[in-house]
Amino acid sequence: MADLRINLAGIKSPNPFWLASAPPTNSGYQVQRAFDAGWGGAVWKTLGDPILNVSSRFAAVSFNGQKVAGFNNIELITDRPLEVNLKEIYETKKRFPDHAIIASLMVEPKQEKWHEIVKRVEDIGVDGLELNFGCPHGMAERGMGSASGQVPELVEKQTYWVKEVAQTPVIVKLTPNITDITVTAEAAVQGGADAISMINTINSLMGVDIDTWNTIPHVAGKGAHGGYCGPAVKPIALNMVAECARNPRINVPISGIGGISNWKDTVEYLLMGATGVQICTAAMHHGFRIVEDMIEGLSNYLDEKGIPSIDGIVGKSVQRYSDWGNLDLNYKVVAKINNDVCINCNKCHIACEDTSHQCIDMLKDENGKGYLKVNEEDCVGCNLCSIVCPVDGAIDMIELQSEHPPMTWNERQAAIGSVQSRQVDVGK
Amino acid sequence: MNNNSKTQLSLYDLKKNFQEVHLGLSNQEAIEEANRCLYCYDAPCITACPTGIDIPSFIKKIASGNVKGSAKTIMISNPIGASCARVCPTEELCEGACVLNHSTKPIMIGNLQRYATDWAMKNDQLLFKAGQKNGKTVAIVGGGPAGLSAARELALLGYQVTIFEAEKEAGGLNTYGIVSFRLPQAISFWEVDQVKSLDVEIRTNTRVGKDVSVKELMENYNAVVLAIGMSSVPKLGIEGEDLDGVYDAIEFVKTTKSNNISDHLVGKRAVVIGAGNTAIDGATCSVRLGAENVKILYRRTEEEMTAYDFEYEFAKQDGVEFRWLMAPKKIIGDENGKVKAMECIKMELAEPNEDGRRRPVPVKGSEFTLQVDAVIKAIGQSRYIQLIDQFGLEHDGGVVKINQETFQTSNEKIFACGDVIFGKGQGEAMVVSAAQQGKDTAYAIHKQLFKKTTETA
Repeated sequence: MADLRINLAGIKSPNPFWLASAPPTNSGYQVQRAFDAGWGGAVWKTLGDPILNVSSRFAAVSFNGQKVAGFNNIELITDRPLEVNLKEIYETKKRFPDHAIIASLMVEPKQEKWHEIVKRVEDIGVDGLELNFGCPHGMAERGMGSASGQVPELVEKQTYWVKEVAQTPVIVKLTPNITDITVTAEAAVQGGADAISMINTINSLMGVDIDTWNTIPHVAGKGAHGGYCGPAVKPIALNMVAECARNPRINVPISGIGGISNWKDTVEYLLMGATGVQICTAAMHHGFRIVEDMIEGLSNYLDEKGIPSIDGIVGKSVQRYSDWGNLDLNYKVVAKINNDVCINCNKCHIACEDTSHQCIDMLKDENGKGYLKVNEEDCVGCNLCSIVCPVDGAIDMIELQSEHPPMTWNERQAAIGSVQSRQVDVGK
Repeated sequence: MNNNSKTQLSLYDLKKNFQEVHLGLSNQEAIEEANRCLYCYDAPCITACPTGIDIPSFIKKIASGNVKGSAKTIMISNPIGASCARVCPTEELCEGACVLNHSTKPIMIGNLQRYATDWAMKNDQLLFKAGQKNGKTVAIVGGGPAGLSAARELALLGYQVTIFEAEKEAGGLNTYGIVSFRLPQAISFWEVDQVKSLDVEIRTNTRVGKDVSVKELMENYNAVVLAIGMSSVPKLGIEGEDLDGVYDAIEFVKTTKSNNISDHLVGKRAVVIGAGNTAIDGATCSVRLGAENVKILYRRTEEEMTAYDFEYEFAKQDGVEFRWLMAPKKIIGDENGKVKAMECIKMELAEPNEDGRRRPVPVKGSEFTLQVDAVIKAIGQSRYIQLIDQFGLEHDGGVVKINQETFQTSNEKIFACGDVIFGKGQGEAMVVSAAQQGKDTAYAIHKQLFKKTTETA
């Protein structure tokens, strides 16, 4: 069995599966249940000055009958006294010395406030700190969370204040509610962060009740934006992780967060440069027991690939992520329909005909039986047909041998530029 | 089901036996199933439906929560779409054509259709409005599936339609002929009400040729539609047929439809002669009326039986016994004139004759006697030949001859559809086919009457 242990900027845990700072890590009771179930670490629900919460806090998007495709909350940081949380952290750490407990922190952007909380938390013994610069609702209105996380100077300065006193590794948790997350990631690194984690939740309004016209969720007839997460945000989060991972100025480990529901999602995050992952929505949907399959699935995957430990996959796809200008313009794939597998639902035809490049024909064979055929000349290799196809193996995207050597847009522009400059030279 | 004759069965128990067997889908089940539909383009289920219901659309509308729209999509193509949701042989039609047969399992189209139409029924929806009156009138003889369907379509086109119905209620086979536990009368009545809501007059208890003359119809309407279906079960032509305890399967089922359940079969032995869908109905009704033993006697074999597979399965599950290659020879009564036994003879199949079916012939000396208390005849249906003759129409043993394109009879003013044109290699037996023929007849009438108008104008 593969070695699933990780070491994220000095924080060690028996596996890469941590519970993110959120409702599942609200109390010692919950975190201990999670560790019993197999979770490798937990980022405790954010500590700070205890707040008041509202009733009616969560909402979710269902898509074609699939529950919790996306999830949103307007719950704030912990509403329990700091002493109670610290006592439970102490007890949990004592019971599970090998599991990672990270304290998530959020205070006003003042040096003394950060110094005070860091000392109090580290005094009772945690494996690391995570600075919550991401929470987009409620706390942001009071100048904390994503309000400070959206300002690179504040990210750098607060990280620096924490690092002035912190004895344990410091992770900075970033908000996705910003145009370019690499800017704040860099600011965190500049401030001395040992690691970064992303993404926190995305500003969201889950819906409007079309009968009552209330927002979803609503609190006594009023709503406010919440933080969006769950499977639907995974592509957004994965891109942010990848952009940071491939940025040479952001040279700290990444804790990946956002829509991770299973071991496959985890492998993708690890390949894209995350050292470990944090999970919340999937646990809120199904309970802590899901981690058993995550551990086993990841372990089987590594074993099947002959990879002895997690390190063997971390960042392996980062090099393959680049700018559009570096993509080969001469690469070509076309759709191929396997008529013996195809069930003739004709969805590929209508999708292509109406919304893509009109290159899948509905034909009849000599017996009058319908079949579909791709006109390869016109196929641009957009993948749409294979995306809408409901049957595995009915449509393959086939690589065609290119007549031309690889040529990217950037190479092409550079070549044109050099030809033009030569012409200019000749013209002189 | 309650049919344990050892305990005293109350009428209440028997009545419960006639409640619909299958509960409809719950909201959640319907939405889950609707979401499973691929929403095929140019979907084969549509082609497989005799009435051409836009099935992917009505299913999509269930998934989106537009159930009223879903019911409209169904009913616009099939005016008796609520009944058909329950009685169609879906595995041979839409569900049999579903592309998911080739990958996972087909969509439960029939059940989804029932879900949408049940919703419309429960919510008292009137789905359509009559078209603007075009000044033409049509008389429809018979308010069964074909007649209702023709009436609905004609009303949408603006015709003033009058249906003449001999029975107390319209709906025909759906109201009286299909067992309650598969199709309760309320469903058929709702469909009748949908037609009535389009300003269609339905004169019930009105037998054409008796209560109203053929001449009157021919003189007072621009067109006449003959949709009279078929009549009672013909005679077996054997001794003892008039004994107390011998039933016509059609009549037998009809009495169970009106909640007029009696306990006269409790603990008795019943034999049904024939193996079509009506025979199955007679048998399963007998079981539900408390009969202790129910046998179906058929002179051919399982191979040749005309009942749908699902009906056959259903009867077997009800505990009906099947006796192949046997025919009745004589029904024997007791001193009070009640059935007490039936003499039967074994059969064997000879070479196929002109209709391609293997002919059953008696095995000499194989006679035997069955002890029975009731005999239910289900060997087909006779025709209303007298009425057809009164209209003066060409027919082949009661099967009215039509132009296949126009549904026109030998009298160009009279059109015919439904069971009255089924037989002798013509037409289809299914309820859903009758519905389509009704629609096609309406279009043919419209074409004829308005072609003439333009010509004279």
